[in-house]
Amino acid sequence: MFTIRRDGAGAPRPSPWRGCEAPFADLPGWLGVSPKLGSIRQIEVAILATVVLLAGVAIAVATGSAVVVLPTLLLAALGEALGSLYMRRRMGSWGYLEREQDLLVRRGLLFRRLSVVPYGRMQTVDVTAGPLERAFGLASLRLHTASAGSDCRIPGLPSEVAAGLRDRLARLGEANAEGL
Amino acid sequence: MSIAPDLPWHRLHPLSPVIQLGRSAAALIFVLAVPYISSSGHPKSGDYFDLGIVVLAALGGLISWLVTRWRIESGALLVETGLIRRRHTHLPLSRIQSVDVVRPALARLFGLAEVRVRTGVARDGDARLAYIAEEQAETIRANLLAWSHGTAPQEVVYQESVLAAVSARRVIAAVWLQGAAPLLLALALAFAVVGILAPTREAHASLTGTGLVWLLLSLVAVLKNLNSQLSYEVAQAPDGLRVRGGLIGTVVETIPQRRIQAVRLLEPLLWRPMGWVRLDVDVAGGQHRKGEDRAAAGQLRMLLPVATMEEAHALLLLIAPDSRVDRASPPTRVRLKAPLSFHFLEAGHSKTWAVAVTGRIQRTTTLVSLAKVQSVRWSAGPLQHRMGLANVHLDVAGHRVGVSLKDRDAHEARELVETLPELCALARRPGGVVVPNLADQGPEPSLRWSPAPRASGLE
Repeated sequence: MFTIRRDGAGAPRPSPWRGCEAPFADLPGWLGVSPKLGSIRQIEVAILATVVLLAGVAIAVATGSAVVVLPTLLLAALGEALGSLYMRRRMGSWGYLEREQDLLVRRGLLFRRLSVVPYGRMQTVDVTAGPLERAFGLASLRLHTASAGSDCRIPGLPSEVAAGLRDRLARLGEANAEGL
Repeated sequence: MSIAPDLPWHRLHPLSPVIQLGRSAAALIFVLAVPYISSSGHPKSGDYFDLGIVVLAALGGLISWLVTRWRIESGALLVETGLIRRRHTHLPLSRIQSVDVVRPALARLFGLAEVRVRTGVARDGDARLAYIAEEQAETIRANLLAWSHGTAPQEVVYQESVLAAVSARRVIAAVWLQGAAPLLLALALAFAVVGILAPTREAHASLTGTGLVWLLLSLVAVLKNLNSQLSYEVAQAPDGLRVRGGLIGTVVETIPQRRIQAVRLLEPLLWRPMGWVRLDVDVAGGQHRKGEDRAAAGQLRMLLPVATMEEAHALLLLIAPDSRVDRASPPTRVRLKAPLSFHFLEAGHSKTWAVAVTGRIQRTTTLVSLAKVQSVRWSAGPLQHRMGLANVHLDVAGHRVGVSLKDRDAHEARELVETLPELCALARRPGGVVVPNLADQGPEPSLRWSPAPRASGLE
């Protein structure tokens, strides 16, 4: 069903969570997201750092003193360095696994989360792509159930993988729908 | 083929616009009073403008009444309303989930009531008939419910058995110890004491004045709760739990048992010495209904405003017979991570229900039926995975409640999240969960009620 792409999306991923009792870690077939998502997140961090820097410069121009420039420069540089490092590492934690009855989605390194959504409970499956994602040929998939709490999304999927997954999930959702 | 006869177009009660105007009076007074206060009471040419607003409001109500009509045609309730943006509501009788009769204070004065028809799932799928003469409203309610089940109205015998009634004395005592009221009262008292001890007359007056404001605020809070909680009663009706309550504005609500998503027991700090508890249920569908204030829509439906633990558990066992679940505390090392909330923290699950106890100031016990669970989540923060702990959440429909099995041992959490989805799937199967049919316990078998199976994804 899945072809392993050269950019790594759809490639099997071992559990990124070491030193903890990670649920479902032994199951084979976990798939990861595209490494390009790391680039997108790094660009986002860079944009944020630039905004901070520009704000510092604007304050310096407005007040006529250059005192604030150095701290903002440091803040932006530090934020950029740490942020991009963290984002690059975090990308490896995204993973999803299609089981017989439900979809598993895991994410996060510092704050680790895993959702189990039964196909029968899925109400809608959306695929969205922001401008940055589109530029990299990626899309995000989001699942909705009747509960606002079941936060289940997979970003950074290559568009055709996302579309294929959406169609498959929608079919499974219809086939398993509970009395709807 | 529907059993319901076609009814011709009906209008609402002619006094409806008066009540609508009365209900918007508070807003009108506010709008009109602000310019008066700001212009320090000088009558101006703006008076005609103010009068115009009142006339316009009255005229709006009258027109709204003139253009609103309802009828029953080929098995559906049709409601037409709106002059400029005409709205036609077509509500198939078979889709009706519940019919409530609501009597706001002003409507009650005129002997009128509002009929609310709910279809549950769809957001705009509800219809309101405001207002109708009380006796007629009851007949409409009974008829609509009967038709929605595909029976003729006269076959339906509304035999209700009262499951629980809340003692008025306990409510009157409890409202003072609930929510913000005790805090406001304490503030009022503090200001009064400081005011009496104040050295100067000015300080004396201003401090006691502030105290009086706090006292008034607390009285408002107390009276609001008293109004909604007095003469509370839960009865078993053929179509669900019938909840009645209210002093001035009374509400009769029907909660179909199958639609209960979660049950919550609340024990506020000041109630605990008396062992009192409040019992709420979360019902799927109709999250925010038109014509209801947001606060009311955001709340869960109250089953018992204040009860003893035994009473609450007795009612709980009646509405959810298999909800007895063994609970266990998390490992003691959690005391380091959550020193305050550890005290009450407990969780557990059986094959059909899960329960979690959380909170320190307000002890909250939440129960969900595994058959209602929408998704299962596992999470661990940085501190948690260093300590070998993890959370497991069970989400149910809506955005209000869910069960959080907090700070469980990582191994236990792993087992929970790996087994719970299967238990939920098993519980969802027909026959997986015991749905009590208390109506079956009626004296005569001929009065038995067999609800037609209805389609809803939330059941």
